[in-house]
Amino acid sequence: MRGKPALGILGVVALTALAGCSDDGSSSGDDASGGATTVKVAYQKTTAFHQLDDMLQKAKTEFEAAHKGITIDLQPIEAEQDQYFTKLALMNGSDKTAPDVIYEDTFQIRSDAAAGYLLPIDEYLGKWEDWGQFYENAKQAGLGDDGKTYGVSMGTDTRALFYNKDIFAKAGLPADWQPKSWDDVLAAARAVKEKVPDVTPLNVYAGKAAGEATTMQGFEMLLYGTADTLYDTDQSKWVVGSQGFKDSLGFLETIYKDKLAPPLDQALDASIGSRVSTELLPQGKLAIALDGSWLPGGWISGENAWPEWDKTMGFAKMPTQNGDAPGATSMSGGWTLAVGSHAKNPQAAFDFITTALNKENTFKYDTENSQIAVRKDVAEDPAYTAYNPSFEFFSSLVDVTHFRPATPDYSQISSNIQVAAEAMATGQQSPEDAAKAYDTAVKGIVGDDKTTTG
Amino acid sequence: MVDVALKPRAGRGRGTTTRPRARRGFGRKVLPLVPAVALLIVFLAGPIGYSLYGSLTNTALTGYKAANPDFIGFDNYTELFASPDFWKSVWLTVLFVGASAVIGQNVLGMLLALVSRSAAKPLRAVVGGLVVTAWVLPEIVAAFALYAFFSTDGTLNAVLGWFGIDETTWLISFPMFAVIVANIWRGTAFSMLVYNAALAEVPPEISEAAEIDGAGPVQRFFRITLPMIRRSISTNLMLTTLQTLGVFTLIWVMTGGGPGTNSSTLPVLAYQEAFKFSQVGYGTAIATVTLAVGAIFSIVYIKALKPEVD
Repeated sequence: MRGKPALGILGVVALTALAGCSDDGSSSGDDASGGATTVKVAYQKTTAFHQLDDMLQKAKTEFEAAHKGITIDLQPIEAEQDQYFTKLALMNGSDKTAPDVIYEDTFQIRSDAAAGYLLPIDEYLGKWEDWGQFYENAKQAGLGDDGKTYGVSMGTDTRALFYNKDIFAKAGLPADWQPKSWDDVLAAARAVKEKVPDVTPLNVYAGKAAGEATTMQGFEMLLYGTADTLYDTDQSKWVVGSQGFKDSLGFLETIYKDKLAPPLDQALDASIGSRVSTELLPQGKLAIALDGSWLPGGWISGENAWPEWDKTMGFAKMPTQNGDAPGATSMSGGWTLAVGSHAKNPQAAFDFITTALNKENTFKYDTENSQIAVRKDVAEDPAYTAYNPSFEFFSSLVDVTHFRPATPDYSQISSNIQVAAEAMATGQQSPEDAAKAYDTAVKGIVGDDKTTTG
Repeated sequence: MVDVALKPRAGRGRGTTTRPRARRGFGRKVLPLVPAVALLIVFLAGPIGYSLYGSLTNTALTGYKAANPDFIGFDNYTELFASPDFWKSVWLTVLFVGASAVIGQNVLGMLLALVSRSAAKPLRAVVGGLVVTAWVLPEIVAAFALYAFFSTDGTLNAVLGWFGIDETTWLISFPMFAVIVANIWRGTAFSMLVYNAALAEVPPEISEAAEIDGAGPVQRFFRITLPMIRRSISTNLMLTTLQTLGVFTLIWVMTGGGPGTNSSTLPVLAYQEAFKFSQVGYGTAIATVTLAVGAIFSIVYIKALKPEVD
């Protein structure tokens, strides 16, 4: 009985949703020409991430003007990344709800292609003259396990340390800071803690709720700076039991145990990512952040604009564990636009992608969202490099950057890295125990024969 | 549901003196039940069977196993029962149900019902109104309200701050305490309403007779009132237990099952396994176990109820 009001609301929601579905179905089914007249676009939107929405709104207007009779139905999913993936997977589960165009993270492509959610687009790409403008590694990023292309890259990114020069000055740290090892990073954080006690010294994501940010901006930025790696590409096997894995967890344990990192009520909240970029850094409450190259995008324009960011923020490469060659490390990912396998009019869906990712719109998106351009004509445009003073620094990291293992199992394994990382933040496990639990989980996912001891 | 399906058969057995009459009786008794039973099969037994089947596969949310899941028998259950996370989650579920439903909601609901019976009418109306407000709020709204109450810069810390008490990270340091209090706050009204109704049914003359015989208020409550409303208590216990067993939104919004797994009850664990770790089959196995736990509780309560015919 207690659940009745909630049930009632659920019922209403379900009915509305059903009604929504059947509407979509009939409008596309009635089309005389055979192709559907509505193209459903699913993408992510948050308070800190509105640039994609801006760009797609523009592309929608342009596309609808050029293609009479076809409507672009933009369906922003207002959720943080982790929930976005879940929502997307559930939408993809049924052809009634599956979107036609999907904003898809490169690391999800292989698993979603394997799940049959995405449509190979090679034949369409072959007829698209702009495809030649894309760099080879950007084309690679859209490949599935079967070698077919499933996504068109929108841009790539790198990761590094952001630091607040004002706080550094108070803490007696240099304005042109470049740590040489993890210990240097810790030393700077400790100096901040001692001299400027009311700010959080260092943020490295370690919560399950932060999702892929914890894996990539957090853990992998550490692990790929050790002698070990996550995945042995030569043997095509996952690395278990490596010292680097334990050391990386040890680093997380140290910063959370020594209170150098944000308090847990912030760190374990799903909104930590947005909070770092829109609140903690701009308000000078965080001294050092290990984060992604897209952050300045939100500061340059939009509702979270922070005009002084250029003077306040410094950038430093993330050092390797002990300063071993090449001295620094980074991780690169990026997002694509993909066509859903249930698309009723794949040609229209693909055509919308070509509008959204033509030179003009790619330029708009890559500048406003601080993406490293993967279209030659955008990357070499002087207006692009002049737009954002941080582009030069973040592009220079391409030399030392790493990519995530491109296997369909990656997304599940990534979740287990987040479990290990959160265990460090909460102190519920030692690095050894958490690493052991991770090893067991990985063996469970890929099988004993697909792992190797590091 | 089982009960409903079985009753007509029992009736048939009793009424078999002559075959044709029995058949007519059978038809008359069973036919009206057909739509209800059909609905139950489609909407209740169907999903349960499907979830049971799903828990025997390695279906995933994405990847090859999303397109072509394998049938893996009881592997999910073997893995589950060997997992320390599962047993921790079982313990947290028992704690949550025991503390917030069996003890919290029931005892507090009974107290409120007793107090409001002897209180002045305006006070009764105000208290009753406030308590019921918490109950009529949709779960998600209540959950956000309580998140705002317990979060570090929330109401509770602000109020404690007036008395010079330092901030506590309630949702991180005492996650189970927070969600238990939250569930008591949300669910007490239901118990209160049930007990209000039950207490109103107790004939006042029995109480008066006991009073004349020299029984104090406490004695009267335990010796007269409680035994007389015991069936309401059992019903209420069953309903609150089953509802609390399924609480997900409240915990998910407030703590996300964390920190770590420190407030992951079975529904939260099932959701995490299915939608965070993409192991839909494994998550379904947890959901099926939760279902079984609920079924066991129901059977126990029903058995406890049945013999109590006045």
